[in-house]
Amino acid sequence: MRVALFVTCLVDQYFPKVAEAVVDLLAMKGVTVAFPARQTCCGQPAFNNGYTAEARTVGKTLVQAFDGFTHVVTPSGSCAGMIRHYYPELFAGTPDHEAATALAAKTYEFTEFVTHVLGDPDFGAIFPHRAVYHTGCHGARLLGLRDEPLELLAKVKELDLVPLPFAQDCCGFGGTFAVKFANLSVAMATEKARNVTETGANVLVGTDVGCLMNIGGVLRRQDSPIRVLHLAELLHEGTRR
Amino acid sequence: MSSASNGHMTDRVDVALADVALGGAVKFTTDRLRGRKAEASEALGDWQEWREAGRSIRAHTVANLDYYVDQFTTNATAAGSTVHFASDGVEAVAAIRQIVREKAAKLVIKSKSMVTEEIHLNAAFEADGLECVETDLGEYILQLAKEPPSHIIVPCIHKRRSEIAALFSAEAGREIAQDTVSLTAFARQKLRETFIAADIGITGCNFALADTGSIVLFSNEGNGRMTTTLPKTHVVVMGMERLLPTFEDLDIFAKLLPRSATGQKITSYMTVLTGPRRDCEVDGPDDVHIVILDNGRSNQLGDPEFQEILNCIRCGACLNVCPVYRHVGGHAYGNVYPGPIGAVLAPLLRPDDPAAAELPYASSLCGACAEACPVKIPLHDMLVRLRARNVARGNGKPEEQIAFTGFAKLFGSASLYGPMMQLARLGQKLTVGNGRRPQWFMNLFGPAGAWAKGRDLPTSQGASFRERWAKRGGHRNGK
Repeated sequence: MRVALFVTCLVDQYFPKVAEAVVDLLAMKGVTVAFPARQTCCGQPAFNNGYTAEARTVGKTLVQAFDGFTHVVTPSGSCAGMIRHYYPELFAGTPDHEAATALAAKTYEFTEFVTHVLGDPDFGAIFPHRAVYHTGCHGARLLGLRDEPLELLAKVKELDLVPLPFAQDCCGFGGTFAVKFANLSVAMATEKARNVTETGANVLVGTDVGCLMNIGGVLRRQDSPIRVLHLAELLHEGTRR
Repeated sequence: MSSASNGHMTDRVDVALADVALGGAVKFTTDRLRGRKAEASEALGDWQEWREAGRSIRAHTVANLDYYVDQFTTNATAAGSTVHFASDGVEAVAAIRQIVREKAAKLVIKSKSMVTEEIHLNAAFEADGLECVETDLGEYILQLAKEPPSHIIVPCIHKRRSEIAALFSAEAGREIAQDTVSLTAFARQKLRETFIAADIGITGCNFALADTGSIVLFSNEGNGRMTTTLPKTHVVVMGMERLLPTFEDLDIFAKLLPRSATGQKITSYMTVLTGPRRDCEVDGPDDVHIVILDNGRSNQLGDPEFQEILNCIRCGACLNVCPVYRHVGGHAYGNVYPGPIGAVLAPLLRPDDPAAAELPYASSLCGACAEACPVKIPLHDMLVRLRARNVARGNGKPEEQIAFTGFAKLFGSASLYGPMMQLARLGQKLTVGNGRRPQWFMNLFGPAGAWAKGRDLPTSQGASFRERWAKRGGHRNGK
């Protein structure tokens, strides 16, 4: 099987190891990954601020880059949510509508692809640490992915996964919200970081680097020893022991 | 621009964040409310099906609103009520003032009603020198404090027990203790006097039933029944969208509303009132006036993006799950209706008010509101659409327009994006780094400076994924 990777701009620029982990993990399942280099970003920063024409211009890079692929996999619930939930509306009435709607139908968040398409959430990973899982809002609420990440984590041997109180609350990232309402965003992220810390976990794992760099930003500022990992990174590390 | 006294949402948010006690009070109560909602909806079972049933009835009613308003008016009139139509708040207040004059009323009592807040009825009475007493405990407290409600169901959610005792003590002219029994005993005694003396009772309306011409009130303290039965005149103020087609439909909403609002299986009092007291009846008013208010609502009819907002049943569930509301409370919104529902309603009801246009930005778009909504209004989608509408009307900030034009240019082409982002990462390394620099320096870097006030910035792990991928010849040859 051959899929295209939608790396997302954040992972591309700041967290390339997340994408490399995804490529390696998919290879373990016999999936070949292509990286069409015309892709940039889903356009969500512009879209969420009401700049729809600008969002379309950027989103078009994905529509064109992934033409001809049957599956597009991305390590972000938020970016996948943008494509799946909003592209049909965003591109309505434009020549790209059909291709954008097709892209929406073939785009999968990483854990979703592994559970729903591959149907095999076990990577044989061993990860002997106490971890806490942060639910990204868009993955859970736009894509309905609540159990899928946990199915992957459930297969990890020696992992001590503890529940996160107030898991349903947003971490306060929200893209440009984080800088437009910076103090509020920091207050939300600080509460989340406190909830994470109080579990006694030494690893925070999630499926969106946006949330992770927000909560992680607070943890780093506090010089916290808690490691912050994308779920793919955790699995990858667990398979390389 | 926004009214100077009110400032901007961002400023009000910062004031609220600095108020630690406020944050504690709001978090404490919203946690309880949403926890109880989760239990109550789970205990009912098939919650998603109940939501869908509720959504479908509301959507049908709103889609045929002219028909149901007409039917309601006919049946309410036949039952002996007098129906008034008000296209805006000014007309609604004028109609109520006319009733007050006709009855030569000296004392008006009210039960909790957000729609009377929307039309600023209390301020009008105050200007007229007419005595008006709020009889809902929370509203009574706020009337003494001279504050607007900060939650649509729990109006004084932001008040601490000690503050309430101080307000009551000042009103009583003696020390009132802080315990619940002392506080409620004082309020009960004060309010009983007004129930008996009042000339007019004013209420809102949770639902209006088209097939019977009835109005339905959900309440917990019993003050609603006192307000509707003791004074000789009952005035109902209702948003024009409050309708349900039939009495049977009420069954669904009697399940959805209390569970969503307070996590109760059923509210303490559900009152269905059909016209004034009949000759054979002992209790009830001699006259019932129903003021049906438009005030921007009908502008949403036929709008495919926003008509669903009229499905709202004002339960407040979206406030209780909203992380923004949780941290700043209701007053920071500077709007009668706070929280996600308020952030959507305000710019829809007042499209020319720049202060209202700010509210949809006060959201991280987490979607908790839409998930909690008992009639499935896609509030987070509406928040985004309102931002788009703001930009389409040319009201985007100039610096933002420049930024997103640049974003489209840069991110619209991978051949520009790749090298430019490489430069940007280098630029970050040479300047702000992880953001732990003096604040004056960070302030030079706009968004990065704002981010780094309480958080480290992410730093690059060397080359980007696409650079590493290209170097490896278009594949990953890991171990």
